[in-house]
Amino acid sequence: MICLGIEGTAHTIGIGIVEKKGNKCNILANLSRMYVPEKGGIHPREAANHHAKNFPTLLKETLEKSGVGKDEIDLISFSMGPGLGPCLRTAATAARTLSLMLDLPIIGVNHCIAHLEIGRALTGCHDPVLLYVSGGNTQVIAFMEGKYRVFGETLDIGIGNCIDKFGREIGLGFPAGPKIEKMAEKGEKYVELPYSVKGMDVSFSGILTACINLIGKEKKEDLCYSLQETCFSMLAEVAERAMAHTEKEEILLGGGVACNKRLQEMIGVMAEERGGKFFVPPAEFLVDNGAMIAWTGLLMYESGVRMNIEETKVRQNYRTDEVEIKWR
Amino acid sequence: MEIIKRGAEAEIYLSEWHGRDVVVKRRVKKGYRIREIDERIRETRTKKEAILMISARKAGVSVPIIYDIRLDEKEIVMQYLKGERIKDVIDYKNEGWQRKICGEIGRNIAKLHSEGIIHGDITTSNMIWMNGKLYFIDFGLGMRSKENESRGVDLHLLMEAFNAAHKNGKFFQWVMEAYEKNFEESEEVKRKVEEIKRRGRYMRKVT
Repeated sequence: MICLGIEGTAHTIGIGIVEKKGNKCNILANLSRMYVPEKGGIHPREAANHHAKNFPTLLKETLEKSGVGKDEIDLISFSMGPGLGPCLRTAATAARTLSLMLDLPIIGVNHCIAHLEIGRALTGCHDPVLLYVSGGNTQVIAFMEGKYRVFGETLDIGIGNCIDKFGREIGLGFPAGPKIEKMAEKGEKYVELPYSVKGMDVSFSGILTACINLIGKEKKEDLCYSLQETCFSMLAEVAERAMAHTEKEEILLGGGVACNKRLQEMIGVMAEERGGKFFVPPAEFLVDNGAMIAWTGLLMYESGVRMNIEETKVRQNYRTDEVEIKWR
Repeated sequence: MEIIKRGAEAEIYLSEWHGRDVVVKRRVKKGYRIREIDERIRETRTKKEAILMISARKAGVSVPIIYDIRLDEKEIVMQYLKGERIKDVIDYKNEGWQRKICGEIGRNIAKLHSEGIIHGDITTSNMIWMNGKLYFIDFGLGMRSKENESRGVDLHLLMEAFNAAHKNGKFFQWVMEAYEKNFEESEEVKRKVEEIKRRGRYMRKVT
């Protein structure tokens, strides 16, 4: 079965074409375009306009690259939520149009679950705890009793959001993550910042404020280093706690922030120290992408999930633990 | 040195302190975080846990006696309770005893909550029955809070523990009856427990 998946929850519009043969996941094509604001943070309407403008050419390129004809596609899937309303609606409209035009079934996918499923498909882990870290989302997710349950999450802003906002304050453009990672490597001194873990939940807004207040008083490199070390230590801690709590031995990374090499290193050490296993898919599948939406659409469809066009309304606050998981 | 339990952040071992049998809780080094953060976190949490245990005692709840706090080692040296875990015995007793113990549990949680103490890991594994008295152990995930949300999470965990580890469905109900009698704000907390149940967030395998 072949599925065309459309991702559009935030700054990225992505299309992936994926084939499922038995349990094997063949990525036939996976392309995307990212909206970069001229200044400040993401503007939902402008991001949505960007997606609408880029979609037709992106679709053409993805089809060409996959070598698959329109008539060979069996299913259309799209990111139904969680995300920014205008972006979600743009991707959903594109998906509905394709579904009606090509007379194909349509499936709306939970974006967070798609991050987990593509990781499982590509890294060979079986029953992991997922540390999902992106701009807007920070969650520790694991499968238990028929659902992907959120064992820990941020109580305020996402980790990526925290890093990007700090980057903006010190004059780095969006996305600031990779630049902060580079600057942090030059940091020499740890500047004390608040450390906020509550059970298996984390909170970043206080750290961000404290860090911003230190601009001009401490070297930028030291602040980047301290910010990363503090936030990532917190993430490693809640991930470890979730592993102990659920008695699972595998830890999987997902989300754009998971591209950070220092975070990968820390999670790797954590897993090793407790005799667990650490998995991370290639960067292309860590960031928002269409392939993960296509793959999860296939899993859902094959397990018997069906949706009418009327049921494809987007859900900005779509929670991970609302989805019935029939394919596990 | 015999390690009797290994958790996500600490290990517990048996030892001797001035001729007494004691247990020592040590917060272990984590290789993933830099020394500055690691030292600070382990030290503040060791202090916090000890203070919480002392507050619980002041609230009238039995906890192990603290003999020593070794901040350099991030260790708390405390009384070794040579009793039985409630988890291991409650299923085999008669109903009268079970009702009495559940009442004790409810009363003690009410005392903690009214003094602004959240235990953070109330399971029947963390309760010891010794010399006719109920003791609470492991305040490692505890915190200070008077919010009904935190109280609800606390009780919800106990409910899950009862559901997972014990067959008798009445236990939690008996705990709650005693909790309500001894705590004025219990109505709102009960509503929270229901709300938290629907979220399905704090599920776990209880061992």
